[in-house]
Amino acid sequence: MSGRKRTLEAISFEFVMTVIAIIALIIIIAPSLVVLIVSFTSGFSLRFPPPGYSLRWYAELWDAWQLHFAAKNSLIVALWATGLSVVLGVAAALAISRSRTLSARLLDSLFMSPLVLPALAFGLAALMLFSLVGLPVSPLTLVIGHAVVCVPYVVRNTVAALAQLEPTLLESSAVLGASRLYTFRRIVLPLIRPGIIAGAFIAFMSSFDNVPVSLFLRDAATDMLPIRMWQDLEGKLDVTIAALSSVLIIATVAMVAVMERVTGLSRRLTN
Amino acid sequence: MGTAPASRDVTSYGMGLAAPLALFFLVFFVAPLLQLLWLSLHNDTAALHWGFGQYLHFLTDPFSLGVLGSTLLLGAEVTAVCLVLGFPIAWLYQRVGPRLQTIIILIVLLPLLTSVVVRTFAWIVILGRQGIINATLQSLGIIDTPLKLLYTQFGVVIALAQVQMPLMTLPLITALGRIDPNLDDASCSLGAGSWRTFFRVVLPLSLPGVIAGCTLTYAAAITAFITQSLIGGGQMLFMPMYLYQQASTLQNWPFASAISIIFLLAVLAVVSVFTTLGRMSRGYGGA
Repeated sequence: MSGRKRTLEAISFEFVMTVIAIIALIIIIAPSLVVLIVSFTSGFSLRFPPPGYSLRWYAELWDAWQLHFAAKNSLIVALWATGLSVVLGVAAALAISRSRTLSARLLDSLFMSPLVLPALAFGLAALMLFSLVGLPVSPLTLVIGHAVVCVPYVVRNTVAALAQLEPTLLESSAVLGASRLYTFRRIVLPLIRPGIIAGAFIAFMSSFDNVPVSLFLRDAATDMLPIRMWQDLEGKLDVTIAALSSVLIIATVAMVAVMERVTGLSRRLTN
Repeated sequence: MGTAPASRDVTSYGMGLAAPLALFFLVFFVAPLLQLLWLSLHNDTAALHWGFGQYLHFLTDPFSLGVLGSTLLLGAEVTAVCLVLGFPIAWLYQRVGPRLQTIIILIVLLPLLTSVVVRTFAWIVILGRQGIINATLQSLGIIDTPLKLLYTQFGVVIALAQVQMPLMTLPLITALGRIDPNLDDASCSLGAGSWRTFFRVVLPLSLPGVIAGCTLTYAAAITAFITQSLIGGGQMLFMPMYLYQQASTLQNWPFASAISIIFLLAVLAVVSVFTTLGRMSRGYGGA
């Protein structure tokens, strides 16, 4: 780049690209900032800028037991779905990661397919199957449905971590007399742990945020947070939702910061 | 095959470890989809009479075809906006220092991990009658009455573009990072200007990333029914909501199944077109 002549033409190109990039970054970040600011309004509407500032909507949120109940359900389902995804997904990733066989590649495509197929169609399909075999919708069917759509994140991140692993490390360990289990516990697992954690984190977030699968697979008693919020927004524009959204944004920022430290999340998603 | 323990490959694990997940997917993913297909091939809700009635109904009904068409068009519009806005971000990422790079990545990443309902809600606040855009334009005296931005195609496209932007930007950043920077310099020193270099060298070489980004963005945009329904309102109907209404409100499962299958096929068709293009572009990039 250093030897390039600073012609008007080059400057115009860099100017246009930089301006569009900055506008795009503002478009990405602005909505979250707007929600954070509006949530502190002292008024009753989502007017921006707010007429005054207060914590009243956070106080409302503190008493909104329906939202608390829904949040608790979402959290429990997300934890179980993530746990199931990690157990099944890590094992499968170990099997398919270093195999070049056709069956390994087919399995890989199968495990990744929930990422591109419309989740709503899968939700309907799963509901029909459960009703056919006489299994009523329950928190269990929710966990199963969520695990199907969350497993790809665990498999993909674990496979990527395994691909970085030097095969010579495993050979050395075997030559030195370590059993496969010992090698796995002391060498493989510590090295791929950040990848597994990153995958589990993304799986957890996507389960916590899932609407299409939950819509079909929950029972009437199991209210889920994103569905509750969605239905609240369809009805009336309540500022309590702004406070809740702010809490979720802050929680996400905090978790991403921790994940960036623990797993180098940003490098993982661009390599 | 495993003659002596010493000759066993210690660097790989047996396929048996994939069996639990394969079984899980067979029972809870493949079987439901097969049942969906089975039910869609019945003419009545009791699933007693085989036939293509549901598909014929969809394919001869102007309303259904309109919903499919507008959904596919929506995906194309969102993908185009994401590409135009996302490419400069990836370009900028390659020219700044590591600290700014991390900041850019985190800005791009954050929406991906923030709840879709929250992100969509933010656009309701921005696009609403008392939202930022209308308030700003009114205070500047440009408009007298608030513009209708919510419940319009424009609103849905811009909100979806923001929601799906990370899916476009991340593969682009990866692709641009793989281009040899010397090529850029070579093109410039051979007399091509920056614009020409960008369109003739950088853009073609980044095609694998462009195609990966477009595939993910398109598939996500046409299935994102929370954003579609909240920003689009009751007036605009897209495939996911159409499917949900038929299945849940009207309890017409065979027709909902047919909608699902048609929708699935549409998504698969788009993905495979992009994948084919991707394979061709890799050949081009490697040449």
